Amino acid sequence: MFAEYSLPELGSIFVMQGFAGLILFSVFLLMALGLAIIFGQMGVINMAHGEFMILGAYVTYFTSQFFLNYIPALFSIYFFLAMGLAFLASGALGMFIEWAMIRHLYKRPLDTLLATWGLSLILQQLYRSFFGPREVGVELPEWMMGSIPVTDMVEVQINGLFVMGLTMAITIAVAFLMYKSRWGKQVRAVVQNRVMAGAVGINTEKVDRYTFALGCGIAGVAGSAFTMIGSTGPTSGQLYIVDTFLVVVFGGAASLLGTIASAFTISQAQSTMEFFLSGSMAKVLTLLGVVGILMLRPQGLFTLKVRR
Amino acid sequence: MSDDIERGLESSLRRKLLMGMAAIPAVALMPKFALGAGPATSEVNTTGLAVTDTEVTVGILHSVTGTMAISETGSVQAEKLAIEQINAAGGVLGRKIKYIQEDGASDWPTFAEKAKKLLVQDKVAAIMGCWTSASRKAVLPVIEQYNGMLYYPTFYEGLEQSKNVIYTGQEATQQILAGLDWVAKEKAGKSFYLIGSDYIWPRTSMKIARKHIEAHLGGSVSGEEYFPLGHTQFNSVINKIKLRKPDVIYCAVVGGSNVAFYKQLKAAGIDLSKQTLLTISVTEDEIDGIGGENITGAYACMKYFQSLENDNNKEFVAEFKKMWGEKTVIGDVTQAAYLGPWLWKMTVEKAGSFDVDKIAVASTDIEFTKAPEGYVKIHENHHLWSKARVGQVQPDGQFKVVFETADLIEPNPFPEGYQ
Amino acid sequence: MKNTAFLNRSELIAVAILAVLILVVLPMSLDGFRLNLVGKYLTYAFVALGLVMCWGFGGILSLGQGIFFGLGGYCMAMFLKLEASSVENTKIQSTPGIPDFMDWNQITSLPWFWEPFKSLPATMLLVVGVPVLLAFILGFAMFTRRVGGTYFAIITQAIAAILTILIIGQQGYTGGINGITDLRTLNGWDIRTDDAKFILYFVSAGLLFACILIAYFVKHSKLGRILVAMRDKEDRVRFSGYNVSNFKIFVFCLAAAFAGIGGAMFTLQVGFMSPSFVGIVPSIEMVIYAAVGGRLSILGAIYGTLLVNWAKTAFSESFPELWLLGLGGLFIAVVLAFPNGLAGIYTSYAEPFIRKLMNKKPDILPGGNIPQGSPAE
Repeated sequence: MFAEYSLPELGSIFVMQGFAGLILFSVFLLMALGLAIIFGQMGVINMAHGEFMILGAYVTYFTSQFFLNYIPALFSIYFFLAMGLAFLASGALGMFIEWAMIRHLYKRPLDTLLATWGLSLILQQLYRSFFGPREVGVELPEWMMGSIPVTDMVEVQINGLFVMGLTMAITIAVAFLMYKSRWGKQVRAVVQNRVMAGAVGINTEKVDRYTFALGCGIAGVAGSAFTMIGSTGPTSGQLYIVDTFLVVVFGGAASLLGTIASAFTISQAQSTMEFFLSGSMAKVLTLLGVVGILMLRPQGLFTLKVRR
Repeated sequence: MSDDIERGLESSLRRKLLMGMAAIPAVALMPKFALGAGPATSEVNTTGLAVTDTEVTVGILHSVTGTMAISETGSVQAEKLAIEQINAAGGVLGRKIKYIQEDGASDWPTFAEKAKKLLVQDKVAAIMGCWTSASRKAVLPVIEQYNGMLYYPTFYEGLEQSKNVIYTGQEATQQILAGLDWVAKEKAGKSFYLIGSDYIWPRTSMKIARKHIEAHLGGSVSGEEYFPLGHTQFNSVINKIKLRKPDVIYCAVVGGSNVAFYKQLKAAGIDLSKQTLLTISVTEDEIDGIGGENITGAYACMKYFQSLENDNNKEFVAEFKKMWGEKTVIGDVTQAAYLGPWLWKMTVEKAGSFDVDKIAVASTDIEFTKAPEGYVKIHENHHLWSKARVGQVQPDGQFKVVFETADLIEPNPFPEGYQ
Repeated sequence: MKNTAFLNRSELIAVAILAVLILVVLPMSLDGFRLNLVGKYLTYAFVALGLVMCWGFGGILSLGQGIFFGLGGYCMAMFLKLEASSVENTKIQSTPGIPDFMDWNQITSLPWFWEPFKSLPATMLLVVGVPVLLAFILGFAMFTRRVGGTYFAIITQAIAAILTILIIGQQGYTGGINGITDLRTLNGWDIRTDDAKFILYFVSAGLLFACILIAYFVKHSKLGRILVAMRDKEDRVRFSGYNVSNFKIFVFCLAAAFAGIGGAMFTLQVGFMSPSFVGIVPSIEMVIYAAVGGRLSILGAIYGTLLVNWAKTAFSESFPELWLLGLGGLFIAVVLAFPNGLAGIYTSYAEPFIRKLMNKKPDILPGGNIPQGSPAE
C-alpha cells in the first residue's frame, strides 16, 4: 500500500502517525490514572469512573458559559480554572461517595462493582434531568484549537500537545505523591497491610477517603480535558469505561509504571492497526490481544508483591 | 420552568382559538367537524380503537432514557407540538388527540414491548415513534401483526416498505444521490473518502454512494472506513485522509463519535473551508454538541434545515421555540417527526375513519402544504416525495442553504442498480 | 438438611409454591399481553439462576452472562430465520432462499456456519452447545491460570464488548445492529399468535423448573458443597487435593447452558434477537436480578427477576425518569443493606414469624452468611 507514495510523504506520515499514537497514549493514561489509584491502591472497582469524568466535563461547560457571559475578556484562560474546579467537584463527590457507600464495602470488592454501577445509573439520570438529555458543546478558546504546521504534511495538534503536557504533569504529580510524600507512604502502607498500618497510628479511614477522592478528582480533570476531543452528554462516560478498565488491568493493578506501560502498548497497537485495517477490526483485534495476554498473564504486565 | 412554558403556550393557543371563533367568517371556513360535532364513533371506528365521541388516543414511542435520548428528544417535542396545534385547530374528526407516551429506553426489545402495549392495551389509533433502524425493525412485526399505524421520522437506509408504516424521513437514495451530484459538479469532486459508524444505515448509505460515484459520476473512492458506535479516537483515520488527499470526505458518523470526529478534524488542521466535507448525519441537533465553530464550512445533505426561508417554516420555528425554549434547535428528523401527526390527521379526514386499513389506503397522495420543509406528498409506497437540500454550516451552528433540487424526488426504497 | 439426594421438605414446598404461582395463578389472573411479558421475564430468570450457581455458590462473578444468553438466542434465531427465508418467501431477492439481510449485503450463498441451523435437532443441540463451548474455552483458559474475582469480571466484560462489536460489524452474516428480525414459524407452527405465546409461556416455565431441579441437584451433591467450600477458602480446598479449576469450569459451563436455553426461549417469545443482549449493560442488569433475589437462593433468583422486571415495566410506563434512579438505588441498596436480597429478608424476618405461627422450633438456617472477600488468587 505504500508504493504509490513518495519518500517524504511516507516519512511525514510516520511522524504524524507516531504523534497520533502518542496522543492516544496520553488519553488512555489520563483516563486510567484515576482508576489506577482507586482500583490499584484500594481494590475498589469503580464502574462510575466515566460519570466522574463527565462531571468534570459539565463543570468545564458551565465555567465556559460563565466566562462567555460575564468575563469574556478572560475567556482564553478559563480552561485552567475549569480544570481546577472539575478536580474539586469530582473529588468532593468522590469523598461523599466513599463516606456513604464505599467504606462499607472494602471487604467485598465485587460488591463495589455492583454498587458503583448503580451509582453510575443514578448519576446519568441526574445529569439528564438537570443538564438536559442533549449533548452540550463546550466552546474552547481559539488558541487551543488548530495546529502548528511544521512542514507541508506534518502538523502538530495543539490540543494533542495540551493533553500530553497535562498527562505528564499529572502522572509526575501522582508519582511524587505516591512514592515520595508522607501521605503516599501511608497509602501504600494501608494497601500492603491495613491492620498493621492502623496499628502504627495511620488513620486508615482518612487515607481511604482521600485516596478515593484523589482518584475521582483526576477523573474529573480527565473529563475536563476530554471536552477538547470528545462529546459531553449524560451517557458519554460509558464510552470510556471498558478501555479504561482494560488499561488498568492489563498494566497490573497496583503499579503506576504498569499502567503507563499498558496505556502505551494498547494505544500504539490500536493506532497502528487503525492505520492499516478498518476501525472496527482494529478495535476488536486490540481487545482480543489484551484479553489473550491477560489470560496468559493474569496478573498484568507489572505486579507488586502484596502480603495478604 | 417547563410548566411556565407550557402554561404560556396554552394561554396563547387559547387566545388564538378565541380570536378564531370570534371571527365568524373564519368559523364558516373551518372544516365542518372542527367544533366537536364529529361523525358518530361507531362509523369512524369499526376496529375497537381508543376513540370516544370527544377523544382519540395516539401513542408516542421514543427513548427518553439511555444513549438515544440525545437524539430522540427533539422528535418527542415536535410530535407534542403538532398534537397541540391540531387540537387547537379543532382536533381530528371533531375529536381531541390524547397521547400516551412510552419510553423505549434505547433498547430495541423494550420498543417492541411498548409498541405491543400501546396497540393491545391502549388500542391507540396511531403511533408516532422509533428513531433508529434497529428500533423500527423490532417494532415492525408487532405493528404488522396487530395492524397498527406507525409514523417513522428518521432518514433511513431504505429496503423496507410496509402498509402499516409511513416513513416521513427520506430513504437513502433521496438523501444521497442529489447531494453527490451537487458535490461532483460544484466542487469538482472526483475522489471520495467514505467514513461511517459501523452499523446498517451508514454501510447501506455508503454502498449506494459508492455505486453512484463509480458508475454515474466517474469518480473514485479512495478509502472506506467504519468505526464502532461510540468510538472517540479518529487521529489515525485523519492521517490516512491527509495522505490520500481526497476531494471530498463523505461522512456518516453518528452519535457521540460525531463530536470527537469533528473536534479532532479541526485540531488536526483540516480546514473545512478548503477541504470539502459532505455529511449525511449532522443536523442542527448534532451541531449543538459539536459546537458550530468546530464544523464551520462543512456541507450537509438533508431535506430540511432550520434556516429554510419560507412562511411555513418561520411559523413552525417560532411555535417550536415558544413551546420548548429559545435555545432549542430543530434538525431534519425533528421536522419529519412534526409531519407525522399532521399527515395522520389529514389521512383520517380523507378516509373519514380511524380504521387502520382505510388509512393505509387513503395515505397515498396525501398532500401537506403547510409542511415546514415546503410541501410533501405521500407516495403509494408510503414514503414521502421530498426535495434534497445542501446546507453549509455557519459558525452559529445554523446552515446556509446552498443548493436545493428543483423538483420533489420520488422515494425509491428498493433502488435498482444500487443493491 | 440430610436429604442430600434431591430436595428436602421445605425446598419441596417452596418449589411447589413457585410452581403454583407461575403455572396456575399468573396465567389465570393476567391477560395475554401481560402473561407474555412474564414469559419474557422468565427467560431472564434462566440467567439469574445460572448466576446464583456460579456467583453465589462458586464465587465467580461473570459480567458476561449476556454473551451466553445472546448466543443461545442467536442460535434459535438463525434457525427461525432460515425457516422464514424459504425460497418462495424471498423470491423478490436477488438470491432467493437466504435471509434478507444477507441479500442486502451482497452475500449470494448461505455461509457455512449457518448450515447446521437448517435442522431443528441440531439447533437445539447448539443452543446449549455453543454457549457451553465458549464458556469452557474461557473457563479453561482463565481458571487453570487462577484468574479470579475482579479480574475475571472485567475480562468477561471485555469479551462481551468484543462480541458486540463483531456482531454489529459483520452485518452480512449476523444481521448487524438490527439483529435477526421478523421470525415467524417454528417447524411450520406460527409463533406469533396469542395461542402460541400462551403455549410458549408454559414451555419456558417447564424448562425453568427443570433447570431449578438441576440446580438443586448440584447444590445438594458433593459438587455443590465443594463449590461453597471453594468460594470461602479456595486454597484449603486445593490443598485437600481437589482440582479447583475443574469445578469452576463446570459451574461456569452450567450457568452458560442455562443462559443459552433462556436466550432461545426469549427469541421464541419475542420474535427477534439483537446484539443489544450481548453487551455489557444487559449482562450487569442480569446480575442485579440474582442479587435482588438473593445470590445464595435458587428460588430467590426467580422471584428477583420477576420483581425487578415487573417494577421496570410498571415504573417505565408512568415515570421513565424515575426508573433509572430506582434501578440505580436498587443496586446500591441490595449491596449495602440487603446483601442476601429477598431470600435474606425472608430467612431473617418472615421465616421465624411463620415458624412461630406454626409453633415449631427453628432449625439451623441454611446458607446464612455472604461470602467475605474474594477467593484467594
